[in-house]
Amino acid sequence: MKIQQISLFAENKPGHIAAPARLLAQEGIDIRALYLADTEKYGILRMIVSDCGKAATLLQAHGFVAKVTEVLAVEVADRPGGLADVLGALDGCGINIEYMYAFPYVRSDRAILIFRFADLDAAIACLQAAGINLVASEELLEK
Amino acid sequence: MNLVLESSVIDCHPASVPDYTPASQLRDLQLQRLQSVVARSWQHVELFRSRMEERGLAPYDIRSLEDIAKLPFTVKSDLRDTYPFGLFASPMKDVVRLHASSGTTGKPIVVAYTKEDVDVWTSVLVRCFAGCGLHRGDIVQNAYGYGLFTGGLGAHYGAEGLGATVVPTSGGHADRQIMLMKDFGVTAMCCTPTYFLHLIDRAAELGVDMKELPLRAGVFGAEPWSESMRKYIEKMSGIEAFDIYGLSEIIGPGVGCECRRHQGLHIFEDHFYPEIIDPDTGVPLPDGAEGELVLTTLSKQAMPMIRYRTRDITMLMPGTCECGRTLRRIGRIGRRSDDMLIIRGVNVFPSQVESALLEIEGTLPHFQILLTREQGLDQMEVQIEVTPQMFNDKIGALQGLHARLQGALDRVLGIRVRVALVEAYSIERSQGKAKRVIDRRTS
Repeated sequence: MKIQQISLFAENKPGHIAAPARLLAQEGIDIRALYLADTEKYGILRMIVSDCGKAATLLQAHGFVAKVTEVLAVEVADRPGGLADVLGALDGCGINIEYMYAFPYVRSDRAILIFRFADLDAAIACLQAAGINLVASEELLEK
Repeated sequence: MNLVLESSVIDCHPASVPDYTPASQLRDLQLQRLQSVVARSWQHVELFRSRMEERGLAPYDIRSLEDIAKLPFTVKSDLRDTYPFGLFASPMKDVVRLHASSGTTGKPIVVAYTKEDVDVWTSVLVRCFAGCGLHRGDIVQNAYGYGLFTGGLGAHYGAEGLGATVVPTSGGHADRQIMLMKDFGVTAMCCTPTYFLHLIDRAAELGVDMKELPLRAGVFGAEPWSESMRKYIEKMSGIEAFDIYGLSEIIGPGVGCECRRHQGLHIFEDHFYPEIIDPDTGVPLPDGAEGELVLTTLSKQAMPMIRYRTRDITMLMPGTCECGRTLRRIGRIGRRSDDMLIIRGVNVFPSQVESALLEIEGTLPHFQILLTREQGLDQMEVQIEVTPQMFNDKIGALQGLHARLQGALDRVLGIRVRVALVEAYSIERSQGKAKRVIDRRTS
């Protein structure tokens, strides 16, 4: 159920995302989802890639500060209200979202929401009880 | 007798015998050598003789060790002003070695050694290493820079003199340093403390656990470093870290060194006579009082230094060391008056930034201080590299880190500074002494 995500520290300067992206490309690592959280001076690049372990080793070996974290991928209908349903369920369980981002799922008319929670297991139980579909890692990464 | 010397008792290298000279005997020797070096400088060094004459002094006025306070000081600019050979007391045919400082402004300073000087230098370094518990059979990797800098060749001769196996890697090429350290089974490392920090980081990235290696001691010097940095180094690498002190003007590394008690650095005062003075008035201070360290070379031939002002702030520690050495000790040098930055009228030392960082994060990230002047006002920015230990993938957590760093630096420095979190390796790494400050203020 849990998905591995790689996070990277980057200064908010021109070209600072290009270098890690090029590195991943050279090693044939595919970026499936990406989100940039930024402040005025620096940001965090969060990515879901085809081979998270390999990407982490590669980036660290090239001197990047990269960390692997676990997140959940939730499948929702790509229509008005899809997101509200999921958030409503989490709200009902009193679960706090640390951060989230979304991307459309090319294979269907559905969208994927990526969530980071302090307590992943509690969130899994809550979402499953509400009948919300969690996407497994293999499913998310297959093309 | 041979049996005793070859036993494994760690501190009993024959070169260490002078470390235990009874104090009264040591004072007699110092006075005799002081009188001789004053006479020699008077005879051969014009600058010294003219300064003595200005004060109405002659060599025979030095009748006791206390009389040293009558003698004129020597300062760094004297070496520049007499560049290159103006302070030599030996003819060039007796000089076997020249070293020079990396002069950042203008001409470097030049120092000279006769054969006897090189032998004395080697002997004090042997005593340093022996005091750190090293002996024949140790494999010493020497990553101090070889060349004009005194660190490389000084430590090299000392480790060889001890009978250890020397791996003369010089500075740089971190990956190769780590490979050799591992493959050769190196047991002791000599380099600057900041370079060793860099090696610790790099070894971790290469998947080498320093704690698993035979490496057991590090002899670190050429820049001031803190007690918290020692704890960090020892925790991360599993070695015992020793502070060694020296400066080219006096002889190079080996003026003083810690013993295994780590309670101050023993000065090899049969060759280097220490005093502490008030840096503003020049008046000698009693033991235990903090001030500027002043050193006189007692046996140097090629280039004696009389009352050389080191700009290093420390004290002479009262009492004797538990190790039994009679040599007096200086406290670890936390700051040099040369390093002091004056920012908006406030005195700031780069070492304060180091201790603030170690205190809050328990790790020492690489940092650099950038000074600029904006609309007539000094601005200080501390750029701090984000380490994997500090990094968290939540913006709020990074902002919290930023605020903690800001708070600690403001508190320790007493002025408002800018804190910038920067990417790993975005600050240039030093191969020798760390370059902590970039001053872009134009006066």
